[in-house]
Amino acid sequence: MPVKIGIPRALLYYNYFPLWNGFFKALGAEVVVSSKTTKAILDKGVKQSVDEACLPVKLFFGHVTDLKDKADYIFMPRMVSVERKAYICPKFLGLPDMIRHNITDLPPFIEITVNMSKNDGSLYKSFSEAGRYLTGNSLLIKKAFQKGLQEMERFRRLNELGFLPHEAIEQMDRGLVAQNFSPLQEGRMTIAVIGHGYNIYDTHISMNLIGKLREMGVRVVTPDNLNTTIIRDRSDELPKKLFWSLGKQMIGSAFHFMRSDKIDGIIHVASFGCGPDSFTQEIIERHLRRSGRIPFLNLTIDEHTGEAGVITRLEAFVDMIEWRRDAL
Amino acid sequence: MKITFPHMGNMYICLKALFNYLDIEVVVPPMPSKKTLSLGTQHSPEFACLPLKINMGNFMEAYEKGADTIVMAGGVGPCRFGYYAQVQREILQDIGYDMKMVVLEPPQKHISELLVKIREITGSRSWLDVIRAIRFAWFKASAVDEVERMVHRLRPREYNPGDADQIFKEALKWIDEANSKKEIDSAVARTRDEMQAVPADTSRRPLKIGIVGEIYVLLEPFVNLDVEKHLGRLGVEVERSIYLSEWINDHLFMGLLRLKGNKAAREMAPPYVNHFVGGHGQETIGSTVLFAKENYDGVIQVMPFGCMPEIVAESVLPTVSRDLGLPTFCLIVDEHSGDAGVVTRLEAFVDLLARRKEGKGDIDFKEKGELVCADI
Repeated sequence: MPVKIGIPRALLYYNYFPLWNGFFKALGAEVVVSSKTTKAILDKGVKQSVDEACLPVKLFFGHVTDLKDKADYIFMPRMVSVERKAYICPKFLGLPDMIRHNITDLPPFIEITVNMSKNDGSLYKSFSEAGRYLTGNSLLIKKAFQKGLQEMERFRRLNELGFLPHEAIEQMDRGLVAQNFSPLQEGRMTIAVIGHGYNIYDTHISMNLIGKLREMGVRVVTPDNLNTTIIRDRSDELPKKLFWSLGKQMIGSAFHFMRSDKIDGIIHVASFGCGPDSFTQEIIERHLRRSGRIPFLNLTIDEHTGEAGVITRLEAFVDMIEWRRDAL
Repeated sequence: MKITFPHMGNMYICLKALFNYLDIEVVVPPMPSKKTLSLGTQHSPEFACLPLKINMGNFMEAYEKGADTIVMAGGVGPCRFGYYAQVQREILQDIGYDMKMVVLEPPQKHISELLVKIREITGSRSWLDVIRAIRFAWFKASAVDEVERMVHRLRPREYNPGDADQIFKEALKWIDEANSKKEIDSAVARTRDEMQAVPADTSRRPLKIGIVGEIYVLLEPFVNLDVEKHLGRLGVEVERSIYLSEWINDHLFMGLLRLKGNKAAREMAPPYVNHFVGGHGQETIGSTVLFAKENYDGVIQVMPFGCMPEIVAESVLPTVSRDLGLPTFCLIVDEHSGDAGVVTRLEAFVDLLARRKEGKGDIDFKEKGELVCADI
């Protein structure tokens, strides 16, 4: 029976799942992803984490608990840094420690440290450590790593075509290799939803924000649809480089969407208690207000957010954009 | 050019000395108050951590007193402090406060990056003078730390509560007014003499509590609601995990002076926190372990609401507490924190420690080298 590797459907799942999946599958393991977020999973997470933690971290606790009896190992990379001179966020740095000391009776972790802040090449080293949990054959590990990177490359291309990451993961699972047309439909307007992947693509905690916008006939684009060069160039416009990778993605995409005439409005989704968001949101909001060109809506989500309130605000925002367009 | 800077506890004494030594005009912002807080909160991002908000208030109050240039430290993350100056600049721009910001960033490639920044402030003054000024400010920082350690010791032992604080207040003034190393030394000596003259029960062996956590909240009494003073009045001897001079060495001198720094604390953090998490998260855990080894009766963690590195520490602290049999308590402050609620909780915690100590009775046994009862 193949070894079962559990991957929590939370946090960087929406950014790197194809890489992890491709790698472990090539090594002959079975990859088990935790169930889609439900109220029960969220509640379990909230119960086991400290009150001050942000919503996505609490949710991660819930997803790890969900994997308790389903997997032989839980893949728990310590994501320190994925690019030079930038981190993810302090809570990601301490995540395996936070989990270990708060949830008992878990399967063993495949714990590796991914730190590319000084050296890009260190990624392979981290993955070969992970591979050693499953096989002693370094050639096999190398091939699996290449396979993972290929999957990741396909994933990025699908994202840039217009698939959202969770859709791209689904499509790849169904066997889609590549396609040469964008899946984006025409709509009555295009709204950019800016937020961390684990907040906006999780349909439970985002209260299906993207689905609701689409039901209203809105075309939705997100930072993940932009290629990394745009993100880098735009975020470099700040006088001091940001040291949070996800923060850079938020700022870079906001600065890009702000100037694009294809975008009718921007919705920023932050989670309560997110440290980097509190700063990037402030900068985005101030720059947008100064340019005064594009309507902006800021939504903060937490474990208590009521669905009705969100719908009302989305409807109001969409109506407002239409009236504004008619008036111009 | 009129220079100002954000407050952090008694750091103003050192910075004032530094700029005065170089004949640079300096505006010390009014000490943080309710007004500072409400000015700061009004314009800062809602979910920003508390120090940023108080800093904003400091800058605005200093601007009203005529300051036009802000000197601020930077950082490379992942703690939010490293990006404070950038957000504050955006806010000041929007509310129309025309202030120049000089941010002292840790040099990325070469030390010259930092030297250029320092030149912006010091102008044509010679490097030798700059170094002398820094040295002078450093002496003041060490002096402040020394008198603070004295007051921590005296508070739980004095017969007449308030005597120690009275002298402490004076002592800070003497250090602030000192114009030479000699005067600083005599200020410290005078403080020591006066503290020794205070009627106190020197034989008393009070409860000992270590305070760990986020540096700004540790050092700024307005923000931590005077936790050290309250504990002292409750008869507790307090020791802090980090002092001003250590922070200055780590952040402003880039650790050039090889002091007993935080390294010792960081090394004690594994296996609880196995990786650097930004800010002082690892130090919080490591210092707690150190306090446990030194037989402290309890540890209090202080942090601003939403502080990311401290949240990691807070998540792990219960395990440390359980493993080492050391009671811990977490005090989280934000702009709504009230004095009365905190004092009640501190009293409860101190009561708990006192009862535990009485019941345990293992202290004398230990000294006699007999069996220690493992009673938790």
